[in-house]
Amino acid sequence: MNWQLIVKTAIRDSRKDRSKLLLFMSSIILGVAALVAINSFNDNLVRDIETQSKSLLGADMTVGGNKPIPESLIASLDSLSSEQSSEVELFSMSYLPSKQKSQFVKLKGLTGKFPYYGNFLTEPTSAATSFKTGKYALVDDGMMLQYNLEVGDSIKLGEITFPIHGRLMSVFGNLDMGSSFAPSVYISGEQVSATKLIQPGSLVNYKNYYKVDMSTDLDEWKKERRQRFRNESIRVTTVEDQRENLQEAFSNLNNFLNIVALISLLLACIGVASSVLIYVNSKVQSIAILRCLGMKGAEAFMVYFLQIFVLGVLSVIVGIAIGSIIQIILPIVLKGFLPYEVNMTISSSAIIKGFFMGIISTTLFALGPLLSVRNITPLKTLRISDDPVKADPLRWLIYGLIILSISGFLYSLTGSLLNSGILTLGILAAFLILFGVAKLVTWCVRKYFPKNSSFVLRQGLSNLYRPNNQTQTLIVSIGLGTGILTLLFILQGLILGNVEDMGAGNQPNMIVFGIEADQNEEMESITKSFDMPVIQNVPVVTMELAAWQGKTKKEWMQDTTRTASRWAINREARVSYREEMSEDDELIEGTYTGVYNDGDSIMVSLDQRYADGLDVEMGDELIWNVQGAIIKTYVGSIRKINFRKMKSRFFILFPVGVLEAAPQFRILVSKSPNKQVTADFRNAVVKFMPNASVIDLGSILVTLNDIITKVSYVIKFMAGFSILIGLIVLISSLFLSKFQRIRESVLLRTLGASEKKIYRINAVEYTALGLLSALTGILLAVVGSYLLATFVFELDFNLSWWPILGIFVFIIALTVAIGLWNSRDVIKRSPLEVLRNV
Amino acid sequence: MILEAKEIFKIYKGVNKELTVLDNINFQVTKGEILSIVGPSGSGKTTLLGLCAGLDNQSSGIIKLAGEPISQLTENEKAEIRNRKVGFIFQNFQLLPTLTALENVMIPMELQGRSIGARAKAIELLKRVGLGGRHDHYPSQLSGGEKQRVSLARAFSNDPEILFADEPTGNLDEESGLIVENLLFDLNREKQTTLVIVTHDLELANKTDRIIKLKGGKIVSDECIKTAANL
Repeated sequence: MNWQLIVKTAIRDSRKDRSKLLLFMSSIILGVAALVAINSFNDNLVRDIETQSKSLLGADMTVGGNKPIPESLIASLDSLSSEQSSEVELFSMSYLPSKQKSQFVKLKGLTGKFPYYGNFLTEPTSAATSFKTGKYALVDDGMMLQYNLEVGDSIKLGEITFPIHGRLMSVFGNLDMGSSFAPSVYISGEQVSATKLIQPGSLVNYKNYYKVDMSTDLDEWKKERRQRFRNESIRVTTVEDQRENLQEAFSNLNNFLNIVALISLLLACIGVASSVLIYVNSKVQSIAILRCLGMKGAEAFMVYFLQIFVLGVLSVIVGIAIGSIIQIILPIVLKGFLPYEVNMTISSSAIIKGFFMGIISTTLFALGPLLSVRNITPLKTLRISDDPVKADPLRWLIYGLIILSISGFLYSLTGSLLNSGILTLGILAAFLILFGVAKLVTWCVRKYFPKNSSFVLRQGLSNLYRPNNQTQTLIVSIGLGTGILTLLFILQGLILGNVEDMGAGNQPNMIVFGIEADQNEEMESITKSFDMPVIQNVPVVTMELAAWQGKTKKEWMQDTTRTASRWAINREARVSYREEMSEDDELIEGTYTGVYNDGDSIMVSLDQRYADGLDVEMGDELIWNVQGAIIKTYVGSIRKINFRKMKSRFFILFPVGVLEAAPQFRILVSKSPNKQVTADFRNAVVKFMPNASVIDLGSILVTLNDIITKVSYVIKFMAGFSILIGLIVLISSLFLSKFQRIRESVLLRTLGASEKKIYRINAVEYTALGLLSALTGILLAVVGSYLLATFVFELDFNLSWWPILGIFVFIIALTVAIGLWNSRDVIKRSPLEVLRNV
Repeated sequence: MILEAKEIFKIYKGVNKELTVLDNINFQVTKGEILSIVGPSGSGKTTLLGLCAGLDNQSSGIIKLAGEPISQLTENEKAEIRNRKVGFIFQNFQLLPTLTALENVMIPMELQGRSIGARAKAIELLKRVGLGGRHDHYPSQLSGGEKQRVSLARAFSNDPEILFADEPTGNLDEESGLIVENLLFDLNREKQTTLVIVTHDLELANKTDRIIKLKGGKIVSDECIKTAANL
């Protein structure tokens, strides 16, 4: 091969086309930038886990559960540590006297010097430690802002009113997701009992924090005592556990982001492939001349491969540079998901990964159309035609290599051949479906072509399937981004809509729990005073499962062959008793026994999921420890609970006549007509019985909205990459097909068409393009969301069409705007341009 | 013989029937001969030229170009022969649009690996065709006649043994056409090249040594003009 000539010809031939080539490479720049930014961000995140793990835990080890730590364990733990602290956590209503408002909060009573690593971030700074010195409260900054509270204002928790000593700006290791539902309030641990919020049946979480001697191997220590902790239902978390948990969580986040970046890169590569095809087709004459003059097929191929490859390398390098800069944006986008501030530095491994992935994917996708250069016959010098270049059979080898490289990249993410294979197939299926739909749509345009309509419409539509058209590529690239966005909007709407439906009509939207027996009458009276119905008023008894099927819980926990799940075994049962089954439950097996008669066996009713979790069947014996008293029961019936209704639901139901004398509290379910009544009712309840908690659907909706908005914001940010790349593919394909459009435009004008008419023809073409792209994406999103809603999330599928319509119009408008902007230059060209090109 | 065509057929297979474009063509060309192939549109002139130049393959028959049976050669072997022994002039000029006039003329020499001296020779050739001051102009900056003159210079740059010209003045006005014609014959005389011209211009054809007339894919006459004139 004459390499000197090949290089010379490559440089000379690209002189007039460099701007064209640079444009289509910009999609590669974007795809590589996304990949590098994400991987760089992840490398920094993981690196910081190592340094931040201790401060994320605040201690060397935490030990906790929903009961105080047993005495038997305390001695063992005391010997281990040099310092320890304790925390009591429970959910409760709080009352703000100065605002006459109430708020559901997460109350934490802290004793000791915790945190041992890291700090509470408070305003003033001194409040971080001084709140433990007396009757003071630290209140979440979000709640302070919401209610316009100042330091010095009061907050009533249970029986005690605390002055607010400081704003809690952040607590290390905590994400602020869900904080609008139950913001955190810290008080001294010694003040908790005075609030009288802890009653029999209260949901309390107990945690101890330990600072341990550096020489102790905590993980070994924990391993030796693992079974004992399990028997006592105690959770032990070391710094290593924390690190692993975080690594796993961030690994999942990283994998998700990488897959989105990969899809963006693939879209960009599809754009490159289609642009290279147009470029090669525009070079057919030049290649034929060179072949005629004696250049070999392989040499001609190398000329153009060199052009594309060099520009590809340059684009990848630029993409890497941009990606290294924009990684700074990612921590801002993901703020709600990160437990600590990430220190961003350049990551060499991310750069190397981005470089190779960018080069390989660009080269492979460009090779497909480039291969056909070898087969361009010199005969084309004698016979000029617009026929596109025939595809080379070697392209199937290229396709195989592309699939292999995608699998390889996914394997590097997942570490699993099976998962990478499934993901590769999934991505391929998605693109094939998109191409298939795009092909079907263009076929429909051709088949149902409006033959009797105006010239402008016919000319514009026929441009969609002209030789060298990019219709399918554009439908795929713009359609994919549209599809992702639409899917997000639909799912967001469905989830929120289903929750809102829970409060529609006569559905209850208010639950009050923690009502003591002697408060019940007054509670009903307060409810009725607000003209609110008492939809449900049920007792709740707290108990533990002591034994079943002939073995104690301890024996079951030690049995390695057991099939029962730990969540079912360790669950602290909150049980009710009633004469009749709830109308929302569906009886699956057995007969519901509502009343216990002396001498009978006590027949309990279990939820199907709980029964499966415990691996028990009809007639099996269950022995309960009801706060010291042992009760033997049998499985009398199995039910399926409808979780969509906002009512109290019980996995375990007793008949009446068994538990009436047991320590218990009550739950009241009602329906509030509006937000004002909800707020007034809540205030009244808190004043009368501060130990009770009021949950209203409105608060749940706010929290859900908060969480879903955060998640969808991240995904939309990434989907934005796809749309941006799709638009670059659109611009580049318009730019590359400019000569063909110039010739057409000039010919039309020579034949008598005005500029305005040509604009209208182009407008028809781009409107159709935008419409088909948006339609494809939306169609797939609707089908995808239906499948997800029905089979995964089990939601009612009620679409809200307005956001979908908004996306539809936006995509069309954007496509038309970009297309017409590009057309300006084409339409203004003089007919002489065409004559000179002949 | 520099060119031999024996029992040449070129048949295109359509959906329902076959189209015979060349039907049993036989002729030979001696070295240094100037031959024109004439005929009405659709007679197969350009197809025959393509086959003789190794740009296409016949359906049957043998073509020998510079002693090589070109239909049996690979594409790369044919390209090699074209580069070393053949020159081309096209009706549509077929200059590389991204190369200057000088670079276009240099290409055949560079393809041979003769970069040294190629520039000087190309400049000389451009001067010879009257474009000495235009060597750094792109094809889009040249008129039709000027482009064809660059094409002429390129065709002779690799000192071909045989030159194929397909309607060399077909896209030119009378004046430019005459200039190009004269240059073509002058250069041909200087270089002692065999010249095969495909044309429908009888005036041009009559300036050659021999005329082969094609009609309906067949040779209807093969006449030596100079010999006849001498007679």
